[in-house]
Amino acid sequence: MTPEMEFKVSPSPHLWWGRSISKIMYLTLLALLLPTAAGIYFFGYRALLVILVSVSFAVLTEVLVKKLRGRPFVMDGSAIITGLLLALVLPPTIPLWMVAVGSVFSIAIVKEAFGGLGHNIFNPVLGGRAFLTACFSVEMTTWIKPMGFAIDTIITTTPLDGNFVWSWRWAARLALYKDMFLGNTAGSIGTTSALLILIAGGILLTLKLIDWRVPLAYVGTVAVLSLAMGVDPILQMLAGGLMLGAFFMATDPVTSPITHRGRIIFAVGCGVLTIIIRRFGGMPEGVYYAILFMNAVTPLIDRYVKVRPFGFQKVVQSAT
Amino acid sequence: MNIRLEKKSLRYGVELPQNKLMAQSPIELAPLPEMVTIPLEENVGAASETLVKKGDKVLTGQKITDSDEFDSVPMHATVSGEVTSITTAINPSTGQVMKVIAITSDGGDKWVELQPHPNPEAISSAEILKAVREAGVVDADGITSPAHVKLSPPKDKKIDTVILNGYEWEPYVTSDHRVMLEYGEKVLSGLNIMKKVLSPVNVYIAIGDNKEDAMDSLEELIMKAGYDFKITPIKAGYPLGDEKTLIKTVVNREVLIGGLAADVGVVVHNVSTAKAIHEAIYEGKPYIERVVTVTGAVGNPKNLLVRFGTPIKNLIEYCGGVTEEGSEIIIGGPMTGISQFDPDSPIFSDTNCVLVKVSQPIMDMDCISCGRCIEVCPMNLMPTLYPKYVKVGRYDECATAYIDICTECGVCAYTCPANIPIVQYVRVAKRELSRRMGKE
Repeated sequence: MTPEMEFKVSPSPHLWWGRSISKIMYLTLLALLLPTAAGIYFFGYRALLVILVSVSFAVLTEVLVKKLRGRPFVMDGSAIITGLLLALVLPPTIPLWMVAVGSVFSIAIVKEAFGGLGHNIFNPVLGGRAFLTACFSVEMTTWIKPMGFAIDTIITTTPLDGNFVWSWRWAARLALYKDMFLGNTAGSIGTTSALLILIAGGILLTLKLIDWRVPLAYVGTVAVLSLAMGVDPILQMLAGGLMLGAFFMATDPVTSPITHRGRIIFAVGCGVLTIIIRRFGGMPEGVYYAILFMNAVTPLIDRYVKVRPFGFQKVVQSAT
Repeated sequence: MNIRLEKKSLRYGVELPQNKLMAQSPIELAPLPEMVTIPLEENVGAASETLVKKGDKVLTGQKITDSDEFDSVPMHATVSGEVTSITTAINPSTGQVMKVIAITSDGGDKWVELQPHPNPEAISSAEILKAVREAGVVDADGITSPAHVKLSPPKDKKIDTVILNGYEWEPYVTSDHRVMLEYGEKVLSGLNIMKKVLSPVNVYIAIGDNKEDAMDSLEELIMKAGYDFKITPIKAGYPLGDEKTLIKTVVNREVLIGGLAADVGVVVHNVSTAKAIHEAIYEGKPYIERVVTVTGAVGNPKNLLVRFGTPIKNLIEYCGGVTEEGSEIIIGGPMTGISQFDPDSPIFSDTNCVLVKVSQPIMDMDCISCGRCIEVCPMNLMPTLYPKYVKVGRYDECATAYIDICTECGVCAYTCPANIPIVQYVRVAKRELSRRMGKE
């Protein structure tokens, strides 16, 4: 050791787990590729185009807005996830320019205008989707049958629509469940295949990227409330964006509460709102708005739901 | 009789890569330094008066500071030689200025005449406390509180449990492990002395399950000597080792906020402290040396028996110097240790490790509210709040969020995906809060 040798100093701890934000994002992205693949399989090149437009506009907007804000752009994968998730909750027939508008709105307004990743109040994907629904309600509710890469499109209804044709025979019922579970049904690009979303969710859970309480409490609340209201719980669980929402959107760390108990409250609230909107609301699907509403409640939950510090309760007891 | 109890595990925290590379390397004597720097006061406890002046000749083990206060300990010269100066220096663990005595060694290491207790088997509690204080034994863990203070709990508190901490929570550090392996008899005898003073019902030795060999050897020694100590194996994890979490894990009692271990009838001591207490009673030897693991990016890592006040530089040089990639010197383990800008900083009684490592830059990105820090916090705090409050100067809200019970173990910052140096923010807030307290 030479006397003139210089040493660096840094605050403790001097070890780091190394699972950075971008690592979390890219792992989530990998899991998200499963429902994406299902979407492309069932809805063909249209789905692929929507995805490509959405992702590229999301990333470009992020670069541009960061530049305007004078902040460094970090390729942490969050913009890709926003773009991809937005594409997955859009109908496959939506005109591409609308996709671009939604993608730009998601990133520029819902995320960056609030201060960027970590500061946004609302989930950018859901904010973007709500914006598109408000602006282009017809295009956002036009559904086609899943026909893979076929050129033709057949307009149809989703199982959640009011005019969906029901069959009460068990065999037809089971066939419907099977189609919905595998993803062979009308709906948004990435939300139809419950099976692949569950596998992707399982990956997230095993890697501990999301809190198991959220999807469990969310889907569980939906199932219990459907039973209580006399609607088909299996259909409610498989239909619409519930699975994708429960595993990929309600679990967004930034816009959901930070404590375990807070997250359960959040997820149950999402479930209740979902069923209320589906049952009584003017829209067939309630998942996206339910989560969006609960995003707004998150700061309130975080304010009042705290963890009990070590040795706390007993102090109160002994004082009284 | 079953000495080894059921294994316990942690309900929080993380599993760290252990990197206890030096676990099988026997303790070596570090060469005597040319100069030692001894602080006039320990981190905790009342300040002492100086008994020597510049130019005085001192012998190894000679008392150089003392005071009448009960909760202070005398300091001893750790080499023989001449007092070169009584000056100020930067405290390597707090960064505060402190008064120190610098002694230049004459190389002879001439000791004062040691006065072991004539009949250690029949010694009274008061005599034990006096001898332990006289030897200057302080807790070998992070907070260097005097051992005799910990051994004399308030009269109204009934102590029924003594826990000896051999858990050694930090990666890389192997000094307690080696002490248990090589000085097992002294450790147990020291523990037996503590037992005499406190007369507890249960005596537990808490050891991490990554130290099977230490458990085996202590079990054998306990059996041979017929002590009624129990060994509690605990699954290796982080953090565990500060009093509160250790008590909770071993005997499932929760120390209240602002409370003491004695409130729940427990006294916790470190294995190295037990060894020092044995030496104080049976050998009359003052507490002037401890085992330090020198590891990481050094040529030839070792476990060394080091005199207090030895500059870090000497140890690193003895261990083959810093290798090319080493760029940061840390005293203490990698989780709670403090980076040193000055390789001349001395080893103190709480230094269990000198770690040289590759310095990694800290990114300090924005919090994404993932809640991992809350899940792993041993004190059930919400660490994510502190950086947010500190950044906008809302220190009062840190206080209402129980920042004072934070042990600064660093597990929050370890798991943080945004790589926020949470502990540093906590320290800033604590310092600001205590400054305000002082003003009022």
